[in-house]
Amino acid sequence: MLPDAELIFGDSPKCDVPTCLRRIIAKYGTDATQLLQILREVQECAGYISPDTAAYLAQKLDIPIARIESVASFYSFLHLEPQGEYRVLFSDNITDRMLGSQTLMERMCQQMWLQPGKVSEDGLVSINTTSCTGMCDQGPAMLVNGRAITRLTPQRIQEIGQLIRNRTPLAAWPADFFHVDDNIQRGGLVLGNTLSYGAALRNGLALGGAAIVEQIKDSGLRGRGGAGYPTGMKWEACRNAQGDHHYVVCNADEGEPGTFKDRVLLTRQADLVFEGMTLCALAVGAKRGILYLRGEYRYLLEPLKAALQRRRSSNLLGQSILGHPGFDFDIEIHLGAGAYICGEESALIESLEGKRGVPRNRPPFPVTHGYLQQPTALDNVETFCQAALAIHMGADKYSAIGTAKSTGSKLISVSGDCPRPGIYEYPFGVSVQEILNDCGAVNTRAVQISGPSGVCIGEKEFDRKLGFEDLPTAGAFMVFDDSRDMFEVARNFVHFFAHESCGFCTPCRVGTSMLKQTMDKIASGHGTHYDLAEVEHLDHVLQTTSHCGLGRTACNPVLHTLKHFRPAYENRLKSLEFKPAFDLDGALARARQMTGRDDAGAHLKESE
Amino acid sequence: MSDTFQLDGAPIPFADGQTVMQAALAAGHYIPHLCYHPEFKPHGSCKLCTVKVNGRTVASCTMPAEAELEVESDTEELNALRRTLVQMLFAEGNHFCPSCEKSGNCVLQALGYDLEVHSAGFRHQYPDRPLDASHPDILLDFNRCILCELCVRASAEVDGKNVFALAGRGNTKHLIVNAESGLLKDTNIALTDKAMSVCPVGVIIKKGVGFSTPIGERRYDQRPISAQALDDAPRPPSGGAHD
Repeated sequence: MLPDAELIFGDSPKCDVPTCLRRIIAKYGTDATQLLQILREVQECAGYISPDTAAYLAQKLDIPIARIESVASFYSFLHLEPQGEYRVLFSDNITDRMLGSQTLMERMCQQMWLQPGKVSEDGLVSINTTSCTGMCDQGPAMLVNGRAITRLTPQRIQEIGQLIRNRTPLAAWPADFFHVDDNIQRGGLVLGNTLSYGAALRNGLALGGAAIVEQIKDSGLRGRGGAGYPTGMKWEACRNAQGDHHYVVCNADEGEPGTFKDRVLLTRQADLVFEGMTLCALAVGAKRGILYLRGEYRYLLEPLKAALQRRRSSNLLGQSILGHPGFDFDIEIHLGAGAYICGEESALIESLEGKRGVPRNRPPFPVTHGYLQQPTALDNVETFCQAALAIHMGADKYSAIGTAKSTGSKLISVSGDCPRPGIYEYPFGVSVQEILNDCGAVNTRAVQISGPSGVCIGEKEFDRKLGFEDLPTAGAFMVFDDSRDMFEVARNFVHFFAHESCGFCTPCRVGTSMLKQTMDKIASGHGTHYDLAEVEHLDHVLQTTSHCGLGRTACNPVLHTLKHFRPAYENRLKSLEFKPAFDLDGALARARQMTGRDDAGAHLKESE
Repeated sequence: MSDTFQLDGAPIPFADGQTVMQAALAAGHYIPHLCYHPEFKPHGSCKLCTVKVNGRTVASCTMPAEAELEVESDTEELNALRRTLVQMLFAEGNHFCPSCEKSGNCVLQALGYDLEVHSAGFRHQYPDRPLDASHPDILLDFNRCILCELCVRASAEVDGKNVFALAGRGNTKHLIVNAESGLLKDTNIALTDKAMSVCPVGVIIKKGVGFSTPIGERRYDQRPISAQALDDAPRPPSGGAHD
């Protein structure tokens, strides 16, 4: 309750926090639904959210101070404790690891005299891992103060260390570090799109809202985010739903490890995305649209805002769009802050409302009770692109592409063991083998389709086809050759799910964490058949009782690798039926450290 | 109220807007539950009330009742899942029933007995959760928290105070109180608050009265939770439509 002038803030060398806070509040107003955006900007400016900042915001937004902590502590990129001036986060997807990220991180920690997760004594730097940053085709990757850096090498790590030691501002780092390649290896319907801005929208305006819905239904378009719900039915339900306002939301929270096609679409085809959203607005009667951009793609914010501004200047957004009185629509961008679960549609909406990204109970569904409990059409980035093209081409021409139940094309994000990673666009119905051939993969042992929550398939199934009839996919395609240990792949994914569980429901909160511990026990050579049975038991509980798709699919990596690569697990097991997780010798590690001993006499002999 | 659904083969009448759980309890059929409380909007987080509806597993407390649904609840498969969930909750926190003053009045413990949970099942996590004994009349023992959010909901919806909130994510999720100091003494909680009486386990404890009812004479010492829950359930007025 202190007046602004008396606020005391933590040290921040670069900006004056009270001034920034006033600027941020002036920008967002005192609307608590903007809390996440406010906290994210505070974090960007001050490096963390101090208790004084929290108290100030609670007072300004008229919300309990506990809500600030509650929301901030949910998102990985928000901090309530002081962080390093330079916050280094290594992307920890399995593809980054395969490219050597773990060694690079160790090297950097040594170079900076730092333990992972700790802030250096001088407050200069902290180093840690983060979930997949969507740069799998050009890894290993990291984020420094939220900015993506790709293609890490020992030399680049060395240089980054020097820049940090010299306190060089990020803006003065070599631009090459931040360069992100689009790596388009195979174009198609969407990536090859050269329509002039507004062309599809003009087609849509000629049709009118109801006919747009019919066209999308007839086109057979299904959601590209993974679930594959028919887009036309969604738009129709939203159009018919009663509400004070209707909303269009674009899900650009591309968090599924191994997926990066939305990043490329937002870079290359941003106007097509916005055009699809605008058509959707016309179809459902929305005046406001929101694009939810994952925090890892922060660097895309300015270009996307510029694209929106260009569209406003061309009357493709704003009032009376293209001279049609009453057709008013605009789009704003919200940034996420490091939470995979916000890719789930109802969690995304909660996050848009400035809350913890916890999936809602459904029904009701977002089409009737979405953003601010109003009818909301929420689709993936790629879906909006496909919708715009379907309207431009007409349903008949569009539905001729792909297969009967999977019309149109699909962008595939290829990464892992192949010489040509990147983005490939195919009509639905392409076989796994065909993609493997195109990306030049040899001696392939397994492919993880659609990310950790998808399916892992072995060699015998490479003739299977991508599409809703056989192998549905949100786009990730991670290739593993015969040098890879599929147990370690699964263990990486299990860690990912435990880290990203929102913690709402018992099975996922506790189950993913226990699954992680059991996988670690097996990895450390202490696993037995009992543990393997426990893994299968946990998988069953997760799959049947979890609240949302995260928990229900968190067991997939283990289930699938156990099915195809059981020996990778069994080879690590002890012959014993059971061995306690408690490691007697491990418990002496601290004593050894304190006494500076590590000789044989300081270890317990293990009898097999 | 002519519509019914089937619960383990028995017809259950329901009113518009009722969930499977609400209709079942009103009709005198028990489905195990923990985070569900008849006075609050269903939450659906503990998943103890998981049932099979037309072959699909869902939380019955949030599942809207519909005519002709085929609901399975009291089956070995579902009770085994519930036992595992109870074991998970016991392993997640620090629960020492013999020394807990909530023993006998604790819903988690009562469910453990009723569902015949005979072993720990999982390795205990032994989380570090310091107590908050700052308030002169109230103790918060976070060791026993099962994150059902009943206190959060009661304080916000009934007391209008927002004394409690949840922070963290995944297995770091934990209960916090609404004060800059983070201590209960600096909140506006009162002993008469609804939030004081809804904790199903032993987190929110009124000081000085812990053993005024002796062990052995407590709520679930007298009748199992499956019977007590039915007594608590809101019923249609007598002579109403339910059979």
